[in-house]
Amino acid sequence: MTITKEIVEYAAALSRLKLDDAETEDMQKQMSAIVDYMDVLNKLDTENVEPLSHVFSISNVMREDEVVPSYDREALLDNAPERNEECFVVPKTVE
Amino acid sequence: MNISEMTALEIGAAIKEGKLTATEAAEQVLDAAEKGNDKVNAYITICREQALKRAAEVQKKIESGELTSPLAGVPFSVKDNICTKGIKTSCASKILGDFAPVYNATVIQKLEDAGAVIIGKLNMDEFAMGSTSETSYYGAVKNPWDLNRVPGGSSGGSAAAVAGNMAAVTLGSDTGGSIRQPASYCGVTGFKPTYGTVSRYGLIAYASSLDQIGPVARDAADCAAVMDIISGKDSMDGTSLEMDYPSYLASLTGDIKGMKIGMPKECYSNSGLNAEVAGKTKAAAKVLEEAGAVVEEISLPFLDYVIPAYYIIAAAEASSNLSRFDGVKYGFRSENYSGLNDLYCASRSEGFGKEVKKRILLGTFVLSSGYYDAYYRKALKVKSVIKKQFDEIFSGYDLILCPVAPTTAPEIGKSLSDPMAMYLSDIFTVSVNIAGLPGISVPCGKDSSGMPVGVQLIGPALGDVNVLNAAFAYQQRTDYHKQFTEVQ
Repeated sequence: MTITKEIVEYAAALSRLKLDDAETEDMQKQMSAIVDYMDVLNKLDTENVEPLSHVFSISNVMREDEVVPSYDREALLDNAPERNEECFVVPKTVE
Repeated sequence: MNISEMTALEIGAAIKEGKLTATEAAEQVLDAAEKGNDKVNAYITICREQALKRAAEVQKKIESGELTSPLAGVPFSVKDNICTKGIKTSCASKILGDFAPVYNATVIQKLEDAGAVIIGKLNMDEFAMGSTSETSYYGAVKNPWDLNRVPGGSSGGSAAAVAGNMAAVTLGSDTGGSIRQPASYCGVTGFKPTYGTVSRYGLIAYASSLDQIGPVARDAADCAAVMDIISGKDSMDGTSLEMDYPSYLASLTGDIKGMKIGMPKECYSNSGLNAEVAGKTKAAAKVLEEAGAVVEEISLPFLDYVIPAYYIIAAAEASSNLSRFDGVKYGFRSENYSGLNDLYCASRSEGFGKEVKKRILLGTFVLSSGYYDAYYRKALKVKSVIKKQFDEIFSGYDLILCPVAPTTAPEIGKSLSDPMAMYLSDIFTVSVNIAGLPGISVPCGKDSSGMPVGVQLIGPALGDVNVLNAAFAYQQRTDYHKQFTEVQ
């Protein structure tokens, strides 16, 4: 199938990525080449095959709800690009 | 005592016997890492001060008998997508900035508890997305055998550091061949364990259903020794397996009499396969045959479908996993934005490299409404077919033997100019991740330009010991893993 400029722009908007015109065109070309190649899968008949997410049968992991210490707030905030005493700082979101 | 060409187990034994201290071992590796890094660029971070402090503590505990692991006191280096408490962990991406985790990955905690000493953090493809270690924000890694060639990827730093004697033993991660392929290109031994046997807690996720941490080392015995330490059920990783774990190192007997090994004809009829690589890997099969294994031709009918299925699944999971990087909690934040949504967009657009953006876009596309069934769901169906066909093969065979990669290491700059060709070079490795199997890359010779060739052994799920033991048997009979290079 053809990857149109609109598909690239839609995927970019969903992924919170900004692309300029040259990048959009480049991505369109590269994604088209890859998606063309992916179409080879249509040659394989999977009509009666169930999709497989996990190779091992896995079940819900349950545990007792025990109180354990969590990471130190100061240490966590220390990695933030912008912070105050006890919070991450982001631009105002509600006018 | 010069340790540059010693295995991790030999270094550990020398420390135990008092011929060497953990501090001396750390110093030698640190010196070699610092000296070689200008040329090879295998390390993003070298932690001399921390390493020497740790080594001194470890040495005391070895002398007091508190630490008894065969790898106690041994210097080790870690791919930079594995979290190390207080040590910068970048994933080779601008977006993580100077992020220093507040916790250790489970594998790091286990190695530290065993007395291993972290020397530094290794360069890689950004977010482990690539097959050449050229997409790193911190510059391309070079192959110590020829500095004009790539070391492979994405664990290129892990393999190059071992090959260039800049590390004794390293950890890498393997999502589609990222341990085995660079090990092959650099002439070292790299092991990808069965999915779920090594905890992924603290591994920065690329494609969670495929990612697995494993060792890159001088030989199979070192890989087994690392597995003894890092494997095991971990409550912090819901996919880690609850079972009785084998003693990997103690299981290496070198006895492979009667072991049935299949060689897939589709690998050898692949048009991209280099004749020298084909020849060397067939010669490796002969060595195993002479050791008592039964080698027969088999069929891997799904080989044409593995690359598309892999890239759909990997990109889909990546697009979801990488949504956490938003410029708020850690790492890089753009200076040019207006409002919250634009802060996300600007930080991500400036922080991620091109290959990463491409895979995020691709993953978002295959998961998006209208295309999900045709691509993502289809890929999961193909995954089911691949697993079933592997199950059928392993009902009659103990191992599969094939090349790791179709060629030896390409020159720097050649692969990224043709991304489709780069993706196709993963054809012999990705199916192992899709089916969650164990696989190892073992050096089996050099091509006519002197570049290492690797042979791959693949086992059924939980057949890790058999895979390591066959590699061990091969290395008892060959010396390709004992050939070293000087970084010029």
